[in-house]
Amino acid sequence: MYAFDIERPATVSDAVKLLKESDENQPLSGGQTLIPTLKQRLAAPEKLISLTGIGEIKGICEDDAGRICIGAGTCHADVAAGAGKYPALAALAAQIGDPAVRNRGTIGGSLANNDPSACYPSAALGSGAVIVTNNRDIAADDYFQGMFATALDEGEIITEVKFPVPEKACYMKFVQPASRFALVGVFVAKFADGVRVAVTGASEEGVFRWTEAEEKLSGDFSASALDGMSPPADGMISDLHGSGAYRAHLVGVMTRRAVDAAL
Amino acid sequence: MPKDGIGASTKRREDVRFLTGNGNYTDDINIRGQAYVHFLRSDVAHGTINSVDTSAAADMPGVIRIFTGEDFAEMGGIPCGWQVTDRHGAPMQEPKHPVLAHGKVRHVGDPIAAIVAETREQARDAAEAIMPDITDLPAVMDMKEAIKDGATKVHDDLTSNLCYDWGFVEENKGAVDEAIKNAAHVTTLELVNNRLVPNAMEPRVAVGDYNRSTGDHTLYTTSQNPHVIRLLMGAFVLGIPEHKLRVVAPDVGGGFGSKIYHYAEEAFCTYAAKVINRPVKWTCSRSEAFISDAHGRDHVTKIELALDKDNNFTAVRTETYANMGAYLSTFAPSIPTWLHGTLMAGNYKTPNIYVNVKAVFTNTVPVDAYRGAGRPEATYQLERVIDMAARELGVDPIALRRQNYITEFPYATPVAVEYDTGDYNATMDKLMEIGDFAGFEARLAESKARGKLRGLGVNSYIEACGIAPSNLVGQLGARAGLYESATVRVNATGGITVMTGSHSHGQGHETAFPQVVAEMLGIDASMIEIEHGDTDKAPMGMGTYGSRSIAVGGSAMVRATEKIIAKAKKIAAHLLEASDADIELKDGQFSVAGTDKSVAWGDVTLAAYVPHNYPLEDLEPGLEETAFYDPSNFTYPSGAYACEVEIDPETGKVSIERFAAADDFGNIINPMIVSGQVHGGLAQGIGQAMLEQCSYDSDGQLLSASYMDYTMPRADDVPFYQVDHSCQTPCTHNPLGVKGCGEAGAIGSPPSVVNAVVDAMQRAGHTHITHIDMPLTPSRVWSAMQG
Repeated sequence: MYAFDIERPATVSDAVKLLKESDENQPLSGGQTLIPTLKQRLAAPEKLISLTGIGEIKGICEDDAGRICIGAGTCHADVAAGAGKYPALAALAAQIGDPAVRNRGTIGGSLANNDPSACYPSAALGSGAVIVTNNRDIAADDYFQGMFATALDEGEIITEVKFPVPEKACYMKFVQPASRFALVGVFVAKFADGVRVAVTGASEEGVFRWTEAEEKLSGDFSASALDGMSPPADGMISDLHGSGAYRAHLVGVMTRRAVDAAL
Repeated sequence: MPKDGIGASTKRREDVRFLTGNGNYTDDINIRGQAYVHFLRSDVAHGTINSVDTSAAADMPGVIRIFTGEDFAEMGGIPCGWQVTDRHGAPMQEPKHPVLAHGKVRHVGDPIAAIVAETREQARDAAEAIMPDITDLPAVMDMKEAIKDGATKVHDDLTSNLCYDWGFVEENKGAVDEAIKNAAHVTTLELVNNRLVPNAMEPRVAVGDYNRSTGDHTLYTTSQNPHVIRLLMGAFVLGIPEHKLRVVAPDVGGGFGSKIYHYAEEAFCTYAAKVINRPVKWTCSRSEAFISDAHGRDHVTKIELALDKDNNFTAVRTETYANMGAYLSTFAPSIPTWLHGTLMAGNYKTPNIYVNVKAVFTNTVPVDAYRGAGRPEATYQLERVIDMAARELGVDPIALRRQNYITEFPYATPVAVEYDTGDYNATMDKLMEIGDFAGFEARLAESKARGKLRGLGVNSYIEACGIAPSNLVGQLGARAGLYESATVRVNATGGITVMTGSHSHGQGHETAFPQVVAEMLGIDASMIEIEHGDTDKAPMGMGTYGSRSIAVGGSAMVRATEKIIAKAKKIAAHLLEASDADIELKDGQFSVAGTDKSVAWGDVTLAAYVPHNYPLEDLEPGLEETAFYDPSNFTYPSGAYACEVEIDPETGKVSIERFAAADDFGNIINPMIVSGQVHGGLAQGIGQAMLEQCSYDSDGQLLSASYMDYTMPRADDVPFYQVDHSCQTPCTHNPLGVKGCGEAGAIGSPPSVVNAVVDAMQRAGHTHITHIDMPLTPSRVWSAMQG
């Protein structure tokens, strides 16, 4: 890696202040993507602003609306252990990476990075979560803007993610064999007013809602409602690990399995 | 009885230091004043080097000196240790392999410049300031295209990209063609043996040191054979005689073949240490290992199996394209030829065999031996085509194998080797028992009930280990002898240090070797210590590869220990005032046969070094003996393997539910270590069959260049194995009757995995699926099912 300075602010406002000092400053959360990137010399920040010492963005609670609110600095292992009120979300967190990743990586870091194969974006989008930052609330539907692209402005930090708890939900992941990221991951959530289906790993545009499946499932929440269905292969990622057609097929399979498991 | 003699499952003594962080690996070696080297490597597969401007980099902080190909232009290249002669009697084409690329870059990862600096980061910073001016050339990637007329050449001074066109046995070709023409049935299979990246847990490291006052060079390196590196590098690259060059390979964290070879980085560090008069250290990163460690396998093969009307095998004919990569790695030419063609009889009495191998240069990382080395490629194609023939003929694949097994030994194959012992029916019987074949139908029904497919795949294997008689391999083109050495040094108070030319890089020699000496002397293994890996300590040895350590290195140790016993008996005879012919050694006591007169081991060893009461006129003091053992034949481990898979038809995901391995390794020194070796081999074989794929794109860029895309087997990718090695037909020509077990798992397992998946497909009605190329990823299996 290139040489850099590091700051460890104790509050969100201090972190934001430090980030605004220079365009070359970059926030560091669990570092599960950023540190390997630095090691390969693919990034050269002047100063890393570590968010890991900020107590106010850690922890899990429930708000008055019954939403599960997770501090952006909460690591995956803590979500897996502490989000029992939202079992599908806890189960998703328990499947990310390996124990080392789960004890360092954070939900805020994952959502800010928006890797097209990461697990959390599907939970946020599939749940209709609200992404809370240091200066606004962003609906998940507005937040994800394509591969590694989000609605976050420069210097804006995620502080919390608020998940409405659905009646039924499940995340079904088919792993890419080498990285064990999602080759295809599908998050299905059934709310009183309808069903949301969010897909990660498959699309060149990053996480997306499979609206055709949502419509079918909102009428009939059963795997058979999706018989023979899969999204179009156009725009799906095609690589060493599977063609676009294979990924499109897997979206159908994983969605049906998620519905089955949620029931 | 000695404690921890032959046959004891003694726990590995070396694991205490490995597991507690007390190992001493090459990267743990830091010499005062050392500098660090970073290699600037080519990011294009093929190009002409117009210039390498190092002027800006030379002024960067901490930079001591920058080297380019020009600095090594007059020096020897990295040598190749084996010359293959082609079908027409001509030697293979052998290009120069410069220490640093000169004139051209020939693969992604080819080193262009070496930056020596005060710190690793400074060397890396300076590398970014070097501006190589390279004109891209088309990348030579497809082997069949590469040898067509007019193809772009990897080496401009060679006549083509064909390294050699080898025929074996060339004189048999006519008879083989005739047998295939007259066959009742011929099964033909075209397949790819996928390229693999070795991925030893410890990446390569080299530290060069030079003593200006004595003129002595020392190289610390991650090597499986330090003496071979000393010879190759000293004699062919740098011109340093052995007595001025010490090579040390301390604890080495895995090799799988990739640390056999002499690499440019070793020569560089040794040379640069003298030039800058400071120690020079290089530590390979994992990313760098993907593009600089020699890769394995990478064959494209067509095999034909001919049978008569009674289903007897009458002929095998193969045509293989073997990828050499951009340069010839140390033993690369021998892998697809002598370690592959000679195994094409397998376990079967096929009378007519012809093997053709075209070795091809491409713009890829050099390819050389990787666990099994040629033998997995032979086993895979043969055991796949037999399964396919059984299906085409509607006969049971096990029965077809049994019908054609070699059952009488010794057996001379039509491909130039003589199997000494084996019992292939016995290992197959044992396999069917431990694999619970009787219960397969019930497990199949249970899988079906859950909507899953299930299949059972079986294969036999034979391999050749313990390479090999030196005079024979010399005739075959080896530029080295293949004996092994041992010095047994008995100390005054009875403890023993054994210096062996074998090298342990994970195999457990420090535990198993003392068991042999303990058994012979009747003393506890704890009295014996093994020294290896330092050319200043051990006599000239050839190192560890080809599962040769116990068969060849162990035999050398036996020979040296026999000399010790003979001399010790003379000393004991003197002490007991008897004739040495009457002295018996049992449980560490020397006694006069038929009497109660005896003297203990320690008394004899003390007398050897404090020779007050000693036959000085007849016998030298001291008790230290050296032996060099040159085997008279290969050893031939064999066995039968079975894989049982379950497949998710919706996703194509294959899960290995059961894996059974029945091996015949001859006599066994430490059964626990043998089981561990088989487990590791199976994981690598299953890795090849299911997961690992080294992929390049058409421009020569490595697509699977990290663990994000290259799939290593993890614990949950493999099942609990059923492993048995109770079938033992001892080797007849080495003193221990041992055969070698290090590679068997990797050799024997891929065909049964693929056979099992094809079996599952057939059972499920996908009758069009007769073969799927490895690795059997979910995407490939699903795609095959789509028709």
